Amino acid sequence: MDNGLPDIEITPTETEVTVTLRGQFALPQVTELAARMQTLPVDRPVRIDLSGVTRFDTSAAWALTTLHTRIAAAGQGFEIVGAGEGPASLLKTVAEAMPDTTEATVPPLTLVDRLAQLGEAVAGSTRFVLALTGYFGLFLARLGRSIRHPGEFRFTALVHHCEEVGLKAVPIVSLMAFLIGVVLAFQGSTQLRQFGAEVFVVDLIAISILRELGILLTSIIVAGRSASAFTAAIGSMKMREEIDAMRSLGLDPATILFVPRILALVIMLPILGLIANIMGLLGGGIMAWIDLDISPAMFTTRLVNGTDVSHLMVGMVKAPVFALIIGVVGCHAGMQVKSNAESLGRMTSASVVTAIFAVIVADALFSIFFARIGI
Amino acid sequence: MTMAEQDREIVISIRGLRNQFGSQVVHEDLDLDIYRGEILGVVGGSGTGKSVLLRTIVGLNPPVTGSVTVLGDDVLNEPERPDDDVEARWGVMFQDGALFSSLTVRENVEVPMRTIEGLDPGIRRALADLKISMVGLPYLAGGKYPSELSGGMRKRAGLARALALDPPILFLDEPTAGLDPIGATEFDILIRSLSRSLGLSVFLVTHDLDTLHATCDRIAVIADRKVLVTGTMQEMLRVEHPWVHEYFHGPRARAALDTKEAVNRPTEA
Repeated sequence: MDNGLPDIEITPTETEVTVTLRGQFALPQVTELAARMQTLPVDRPVRIDLSGVTRFDTSAAWALTTLHTRIAAAGQGFEIVGAGEGPASLLKTVAEAMPDTTEATVPPLTLVDRLAQLGEAVAGSTRFVLALTGYFGLFLARLGRSIRHPGEFRFTALVHHCEEVGLKAVPIVSLMAFLIGVVLAFQGSTQLRQFGAEVFVVDLIAISILRELGILLTSIIVAGRSASAFTAAIGSMKMREEIDAMRSLGLDPATILFVPRILALVIMLPILGLIANIMGLLGGGIMAWIDLDISPAMFTTRLVNGTDVSHLMVGMVKAPVFALIIGVVGCHAGMQVKSNAESLGRMTSASVVTAIFAVIVADALFSIFFARIGI
Repeated sequence: MTMAEQDREIVISIRGLRNQFGSQVVHEDLDLDIYRGEILGVVGGSGTGKSVLLRTIVGLNPPVTGSVTVLGDDVLNEPERPDDDVEARWGVMFQDGALFSSLTVRENVEVPMRTIEGLDPGIRRALADLKISMVGLPYLAGGKYPSELSGGMRKRAGLARALALDPPILFLDEPTAGLDPIGATEFDILIRSLSRSLGLSVFLVTHDLDTLHATCDRIAVIADRKVLVTGTMQEMLRVEHPWVHEYFHGPRARAALDTKEAVNRPTEA
């Protein structure tokens, strides 16, 4: 088969233009064909001879139909001769199907449109925050109901989710906290050594880990692990109409799905935070011992004497709040999933970003609060 | 088999096909021919491997043994196809369209065309618009994402993508499943008119008796792990096999047949 360029012969005379096509005309040749057809003059009738064509596909028919439209617009005659049965029916189909592209003109954005978009975005964010508050209220209401009617409470589900969000997160949280302790000790020692104040590295590690880093970084890891897992699990149930099925069976999705998950987080996040605190102090202690010759005994003494227990309390009191934020954001995002897989992926990543962002904002508010009341 | 069929060119030939998943044998000694320009409807009960057969022919599911020859090429044992051989042998429309969700409909249709070297982007876009219009979608649908379309529109868009390279063979997996009767009838008419005007050979997997009546030239019944019988609708009605008899003589089949005789006769002329 001849794979070369299409053989297009254009013979202009005084009264008409004859175009003779020979060989294959398919997608690889259409660029050339369309370009040559574009050069034809529109001041006299055009005749196309297809008798030598061996292959003729939709794209070739499109090129000729486009030419036909152009010639007809100039008020000249257009004729196709020698077309076999296949090309003829193809030309007819294409001519009937040629899309009308004139209907689609998108007006440019005006200043008012942009202002409206901005307003819509602000209103959307407000609605989002209100919806989250609504879900928090729903969780509290269902939790209260579970306390009054313990029979409705799903204890097995709670244990299962405690294992998923708590126990299974222990290795990663421990490793993360241990390494943070090591980094703090190392960075602190290099700075404090300049002043001969190496021993204060213990205070540095203790206060920063107990007050802030232990619980904050644990929450960020849990947000990444569990908010996404909640959204994916609830979202895929939403996608396959399982949530609707639950409702139609008289089961309440909030009681069955939200309460065990969020409650598991509220129980497990403080425990994970405590583990992170211990591992962070351990990492810092080991690094201080290696790098600064602060013996474990000295580290412990310094830690117990120099660090007030309020630092630990300040850290731990934040844990349930962060847990609520992560759980509510994850469950809310799951319920926003539409019936397509794309929205599941989008909501999963959105829930992680929102959860981490909200946790950091809440942490900042806590810092301001504790600074004000002087703890 | 009639004389006319023997004279016609075979585009797909399947011989001695065996498909097996674990210990479950789906196909055994399956033979099937598809002729140029015909619409072959493949029917069978749930789980008889209609879709598996489709996936085997297009190379998505390697069989245990057997041969599949498409347009003279042994598709199971051929070497990698050279890059310059970009002409598509077939287009496949999956059940729910299987459109790429991150691309618009127009971009979806353009995807196969991007393999053509030297194709002008403006022409590619215009051709994509043409294919979208040929499957009966409005021009504005080209700029939409698959998630913004209804099930029927997604199927049409999937068909437009399958037709992007003007393949000689078209595979359709349950084209009318999940469509309302009006949409399904429109789709049947669309498949028939496109296959006639583009000269397509169509391999159509379906459960829909109306589709079988309205569009298919020939029907192949898969049962007992092989193609039990092939033939026209009239021939199917005379088959004695219990499943085939039940399928083509059940209340739904009779209703579909009556409808075809009453309504579809004018469109056949």
